[in-house]
Amino acid sequence: MALLEVNDLKTSFQTDDGIVRAVDGVSFSVEKGETLGIVGESGSGKSVTCLTIMGLNAKKNTITSGNALFNGEDLLTAGARRLREIRGNDIAMIFQDPMTSLNPVHSIGTQLVEAVQLHRDVSKKAARGRALELLKAVGIPRAERRLDDYPHQFSGGMRQRAMIAMALVNDPDLLIADEPTTALDVTTQAQIMNLMKRLQEDFGSAIIVITHDLGVVAETADDVLVMYAAQVAEHAPVHKLFNRPHHPYTWGLLGSLPRLDADVDRLVQIPGQPPSLLRPPSGCRFHPRCPYVMDKCRTEDPPLVGISDDPEHLQACHLDEATKDREAAKLLETTMAHTG
Amino acid sequence: MIRYLIRRVLWAIVLFLVVTMVTYVIFFLVPNDLAAKVAGQGSSQDQRARAIHYLGLDRPVYVQYSRFLWRMIKPIPVEVAGVPVFVRPQADLGRSFVEARPVNEIIKAAAPVTASLVFGGVVVWMLIALPVGILSALRPRSLLDRVSMTFVLIGISAHPVWIGLIFAYVFGYKFGWFPIQGYCDFINPATDCGGPVQWAYHMFLPWITYAILFAALYVRMIRANVLEALNEDYVRTARAKGAPEWRVLRSHVLRNALLPVVTMLGMDIGVGLGGAIFTETIYGLPGLGRTVIRAIGINDLPIVMGVVVFATFAIIVLNLIIDLLYAWIDPRIRLS
Repeated sequence: MALLEVNDLKTSFQTDDGIVRAVDGVSFSVEKGETLGIVGESGSGKSVTCLTIMGLNAKKNTITSGNALFNGEDLLTAGARRLREIRGNDIAMIFQDPMTSLNPVHSIGTQLVEAVQLHRDVSKKAARGRALELLKAVGIPRAERRLDDYPHQFSGGMRQRAMIAMALVNDPDLLIADEPTTALDVTTQAQIMNLMKRLQEDFGSAIIVITHDLGVVAETADDVLVMYAAQVAEHAPVHKLFNRPHHPYTWGLLGSLPRLDADVDRLVQIPGQPPSLLRPPSGCRFHPRCPYVMDKCRTEDPPLVGISDDPEHLQACHLDEATKDREAAKLLETTMAHTG
Repeated sequence: MIRYLIRRVLWAIVLFLVVTMVTYVIFFLVPNDLAAKVAGQGSSQDQRARAIHYLGLDRPVYVQYSRFLWRMIKPIPVEVAGVPVFVRPQADLGRSFVEARPVNEIIKAAAPVTASLVFGGVVVWMLIALPVGILSALRPRSLLDRVSMTFVLIGISAHPVWIGLIFAYVFGYKFGWFPIQGYCDFINPATDCGGPVQWAYHMFLPWITYAILFAALYVRMIRANVLEALNEDYVRTARAKGAPEWRVLRSHVLRNALLPVVTMLGMDIGVGLGGAIFTETIYGLPGLGRTVIRAIGINDLPIVMGVVVFATFAIIVLNLIIDLLYAWIDPRIRLS
């Protein structure tokens, strides 16, 4: 049994302008100790997917369907109390901006101790000890003194480390990281991702990394989910996604990565804008921006199916496989040419 | 922290000097027939001239002001068992022109009344504003929320004088539930108007009248702050940690949302000293407000100066306390 199995998850928000389908039929599973990367543009539904799993959406005006089985238990129908037991304990989540995600008037130590004492019946002293242990594990120097410091006394990278410590303090089976490195500079990004990989080895937790950065995904994920307009465009193990991408959107994403060794005047971009989720395009949602669009694409929503010779590589596109293989190969030639 | 304190105290002194000087000059420039009042009706020109000279009012304004200042700050030795150990400022505010009493005495009698009104009023308005503000924010656009916002509108628009008169008429005169005039001492003298119960009984309508405007303002502010805090990222983090909603509210939402309330309270108590004038007049409370209004009417400068000095001093000290309190509760300020 998979650690987390999500089936046909749909989340809609009732707004004054109509119903926004933020997540429209997403399925995936995560095994113990594995890392799943969810990639997509802003507004693709990647964050809302995970917020829905955690039950952190506002209750009013939100309609959810499908199921999210965590060790066989459906989180979407679990009661509030059960969800609170699971959050911060079996499943932990960290967010994008560590400055605003930490309470500015409580010390880091207080917030870590709170995380411990919410789920373990231990004394404050014991909780502090555990907090200290985690701060050291995430590489914060002089951790004993830093326990009583406040968030604004930490640098951005340190704050994110503290958040990771707070998430891991109760040894969760699954860590969901929503854009963990987006607010950090590049070198700090690398440090944080290495830290997460190392902690995964030490603690054995599964990780879901939500990001728009393909580089992060390439480095850390075992499995990748590419989302577009609240749906899954492609879903494959990481090396297969990068070596044989089978969706025009993925080609666009890979092709638009800036390259140091190529001499280009303008970056390649996917033309157009992500669609409104109030009134998504008919048929395949990517069709208004797709250079390979056919008549069928405008009317029929492509199903998410495996490639004929590789069933674990899923993609949702009407193009024939031969064309896709050809385009993938072309893309690899131009983008991977100089990496040897 | 010490440097901050010293700087604040120095500024406080400057402020004090400016306020008292301005008041003095304004008073000096207003035409008055003080001489007639002091010397009495039917006094001769000569008697009036002597009265003016006696009070020192024929000297230039800066001489009068410096004498006033010196009388206040002149160091007097503080003796312990007959041995001078320390010095303190004399703090003599002079004598009233019209009543032959030292101003210090007048202030000492009136200050507790105003203090009762203002501090009691603070308690009443916070007791109303906190629950109403917080609940309105937790249930926006509900019936409770709409009712409280209507109350806010009325509370801000209606003048305390009007509210006071209406309350005094309805609850005091018509229903006879509360007395409409007078003040009873908190400490128990031998009359039947004394002791905590009588004190509170007489203060009840004044407190409500005084508090309504501020309660309305604070409900609105607290509601806005709590609504904003509920949307902050750290609240989401707290929920993601598995915290129950009451804990999220207490430890995360309110702890941040109510910080600005502390600063506002400090400022508003100062403003409130001015607002107390209306309430004291309506309900016949012998506080500083009513005292100073009377003194202005009869041009009794020492009393006016006395109240100004006392009020300035009280507001400065209060704001200093609030500043220190705020630095203590907000670690971002404390450590910068």
